[in-house]
Amino acid sequence: MSNAKMIQSDVSSVLTLQEMAEIDHELEHIPYKSGAAIDALKIIQAGRGWVSDECLQAIAKYLGMSSEELEGVATFYNLIYRRPVGEKVILFCDSVSCWISGCDSVKQTLSDTLGVDYGETTKDNRYTLLPVPCLGACDRAPVMMVGDDLVTHLDDNKINELFSASKTGDQS
Amino acid sequence: MPMIYVDGQEIEVVQGENILEACLNAGLDLPYFCWHPAMGSIGSCRQCAVIQYQNEEDTSGRIVMGCMTPVSEGARFSLKAEKATEFREAVVESLMLNHPHDCPVCAEGGECHLQDMTVMVGHRDRRYTGKKNTYRNQYLGPLIHHEMNRCIACYRCERYYRDYAGGKDLGAQASHDHLYFGRHEEGVLESEFSGNLVEVCPTGVFTDKPFLKQYSRKWDLQSAPSICQGCAVGCNIAPGERYGKVKRVHNRYNNEVNGYFICDRGRFGSGYLNSDLRLDYAGIKNPDGSFFAVHQQQALDTAAGWMVGKKVAAIGSPRASIEANYLLRELVGAKNFAAGFSDQEADLMGSIANILQATKAINPSIKQIESADAVLILGEDVTNTAPRVALALRQSVRNKAFELAEQMGLPSWQDAAVRNLAQDQRSPMTIVSAMDTRLDDVASTCVSLAPDDIAAFGYAVAAALAGESTDNAQADATAQMLKAAKNPLIVSGSSMAHQGVINSAVAVADALDKATSMLSFCIPECNSLGLALMVADGSGSSLSGLAKRASKLDALIILENDVYRRGDKSQIDQLLASGTKVITLDMVENSTLDQSDLVMAAASYAESQGTLVSSEGRAQRFYPVHSPAAERLPSWQWLLRLASVTGHKKLSNLQNFDQIVAACAVSNPLFAGLVDVAPLNSFRDRGSKIPRQTHRYSGRTAMNSGVSVHEPQQPKDHESPLSYSMEGLNRDQPSSLMPFVWSPGWNSNQSLQKFQSEVDGPLKGGPSGVRLISSSLQGADISRQIDKVTLKAHQWHLVPMQQIHGSDELSAHTDEIAELAGRGFIAIGQKVAEKLAVTEGDGLLVKQGEIECSLEVRILSRVAKNCIGYSVGYLETQGLTAGSLVTLEADKSWQRSGPEMIASDKAAFEQVISDGGASNV
Repeated sequence: MSNAKMIQSDVSSVLTLQEMAEIDHELEHIPYKSGAAIDALKIIQAGRGWVSDECLQAIAKYLGMSSEELEGVATFYNLIYRRPVGEKVILFCDSVSCWISGCDSVKQTLSDTLGVDYGETTKDNRYTLLPVPCLGACDRAPVMMVGDDLVTHLDDNKINELFSASKTGDQS
Repeated sequence: MPMIYVDGQEIEVVQGENILEACLNAGLDLPYFCWHPAMGSIGSCRQCAVIQYQNEEDTSGRIVMGCMTPVSEGARFSLKAEKATEFREAVVESLMLNHPHDCPVCAEGGECHLQDMTVMVGHRDRRYTGKKNTYRNQYLGPLIHHEMNRCIACYRCERYYRDYAGGKDLGAQASHDHLYFGRHEEGVLESEFSGNLVEVCPTGVFTDKPFLKQYSRKWDLQSAPSICQGCAVGCNIAPGERYGKVKRVHNRYNNEVNGYFICDRGRFGSGYLNSDLRLDYAGIKNPDGSFFAVHQQQALDTAAGWMVGKKVAAIGSPRASIEANYLLRELVGAKNFAAGFSDQEADLMGSIANILQATKAINPSIKQIESADAVLILGEDVTNTAPRVALALRQSVRNKAFELAEQMGLPSWQDAAVRNLAQDQRSPMTIVSAMDTRLDDVASTCVSLAPDDIAAFGYAVAAALAGESTDNAQADATAQMLKAAKNPLIVSGSSMAHQGVINSAVAVADALDKATSMLSFCIPECNSLGLALMVADGSGSSLSGLAKRASKLDALIILENDVYRRGDKSQIDQLLASGTKVITLDMVENSTLDQSDLVMAAASYAESQGTLVSSEGRAQRFYPVHSPAAERLPSWQWLLRLASVTGHKKLSNLQNFDQIVAACAVSNPLFAGLVDVAPLNSFRDRGSKIPRQTHRYSGRTAMNSGVSVHEPQQPKDHESPLSYSMEGLNRDQPSSLMPFVWSPGWNSNQSLQKFQSEVDGPLKGGPSGVRLISSSLQGADISRQIDKVTLKAHQWHLVPMQQIHGSDELSAHTDEIAELAGRGFIAIGQKVAEKLAVTEGDGLLVKQGEIECSLEVRILSRVAKNCIGYSVGYLETQGLTAGSLVTLEADKSWQRSGPEMIASDKAAFEQVISDGGASNV
């Protein structure tokens, strides 16, 4: 139908062929198009770092959902980013085990080193700091994730070691 | 029926219901938020917690949610156990953590379910000392005001808007303590039923925006039982008035008709009542065309002078009451009375009136429509022509889900489970229309056909049902679908202005020949059917007939009718401007009034009483909400007085409204039931009239001190069993006399359950309204002839498109409705648009013979070959005729309407209302 064609052209001006192909691949496994909502959001985020309004609307059209429906899904999950994030997201665990192991002071050092608090992105756009309720590595607490890497047994030294480059970068 | 024990008390319950329903049915006050009788249970708010005990020995029990626990024989519960009351109080306390203390400036205050429940559970002191969240509100259009800070996350709005009403553009976003109910981005809510959010929301997140601009507390509103005049469905409404203005309209429950919900035209379309276009005084035309105001008696004497001993004819109105039309018809004699339909409409309504008296199918109530398990819609965009019926059709497709649930032993009120089980399995619905309809999203099959072909499709279905072979696979499938159903429903109507479509619908219904099959017609106006029944004997005159003999008439009386909407301009000009004295009774300025010699200021539906006959054939009475302002008079009173000053023999004997109803009832066997529609004027409940005012109504003697410090006596209502007072009881009276709902401890509209005989059941006061038509069940005698239209090259078939906002004459005078209505438009398919090189928002020149108009383009997603649609009832499209053949070309001089205001502009523009919210506390 002509309408479908119109939608298609709208969508393809936002989503790349690669992204659409990946979503199509997910669609093969499920009976309802809207079932691919989370995967589609993840696909977009993997390539672009976050999900913009424009992308969200394009995905919604692609999956035959309303933007509100997809927004409900996207905003339900804390790890689908609806605002731009830095090149790497630091997920800092502030849950019980890490708290017992002194994550609060490590967090302070981290914030001081990077110059950002929770929900903020460094000026050089390299890191966004977010809290996370558990990373499933309590035996090695305190822990955090930097991008895809799990960093365990955190202390001030480790923070300095990891981010000193960033700090000097900031000062220059 | 099973017995359960609640706090030791033995209660008889209905098998299959839940504990919350059982408690409410037993008259016990069990608090709740997320449960709604029309939407079932999801157990989300945890407010209706009760203790369930295993057996007689069990003294500790466990907490269960009332709305999620089915009753079972001998089950034991407690509402009063300390654990239960503490739990319920804790739930409210947690909901109040983030709730602003803005009740004094909140529009919901005084009718807030959250307030009621907070008081009910006994929560008073706040222990939480932390900060509250503050949310950004959204612009949701001119009808609904958004205040997210007040949200208690019960999910009722989303469940109503999306699950029940089929809206797509409102949803729950985010989670836990930053849950947000709104749109993806700011903008007008798309659903035609968005206004019900105001009543569904248990607190003040969604409130009535026009009402906010002229706000009064619920207890200060004077209300009366009324009937919506927006279309022919006859929804029961309760308008609220103060300071002589109708401030808002609320739903008035009628379990057979509208239930809990009305459409946005019904809720918001009464703004015209307060418009500057309203007439306050009678007027006589000056030679220069202006009018000078005269007193009522002077107007009557002038009219009498023009009438006595002269040739007088009259035009009635499908938007005026039975009584007013009856009086007018008697006044001038049946032969001189034109019903006030256009000629085309008169034929269609006449045939529908006949069909309903002969068809083998039931003419269903909305409640019955909801029970349909297969639906065929022929030629109607029901959401725009009979909106409340469309909402019922959305429920009917869920019968498949309920059937599946029953097989699984799942109670139908287990809403989330039932929806999960069914996913997108729905009862079948086939829509055959010329173009997009607003029910396409729930239809199993949509067929796009030109009006003639819709009729042919209907006949093919009828033939297939009769066992004949057709060469139309879709028609065969539709026939199979209807045959297989328990309660098949055929919906058609007059909006296509096509007799063949109507006839083919009857052909299908009669071919089905099933005791349970239903046939429902969408018809245009609130009393179209009543008027059609009145002139069913064929004694009257047609509008064109009247126009032809206009020059021979001395005077013409027009009742509440802008006849320029009923015929082409030259014909109406001939009717009004041939030297005949034209006397017009109406409410709002219009072209017909301009052409009149004498105008009489008619009271609106909110200032007068009368009876309307809905498309279901149900006669229902509306009552004045307030006494008429200025020198307005209800039309029936104008006409009665006119009968008196002109010395009309028969009518001079009638003194009051009840006598008119009685006379009308004997005048026509079809109207015999009119006397039973509502109690007589002499009715008293426990010695008193029914109060229109709440017992807390304030400022009764002081509120008009701005005009005069002398305390006037309360107006007296001499014609109905209702009083303009707070004295008397509003409890258990006949349902047709229920002006508002309120019960001790239940200040919100949830108090309705105290008026119902059982949850979701009929009112304690019995059914409301009387069905006038019963069918002989012999089958309708219809002509099966279709006059096929032949198109020449580059010609298009003009198909009328009714619009919920814009097509209706009176509601379009409401600012908010006018804003939503937008400009008149022409609707075409994508291919045609490409051919003509236009896009949405461009202009097209439409030529219909001599008439030429330039209209905005809208693009349709599906449209029948050679068909184009146009918005009916708009000023811009006046002159275009349904079914005519037109040519199209792009309008080169068209100015596209400017870019829409961006949301932030709108916020600045809308600084009329000061927001409440935590930030202002």
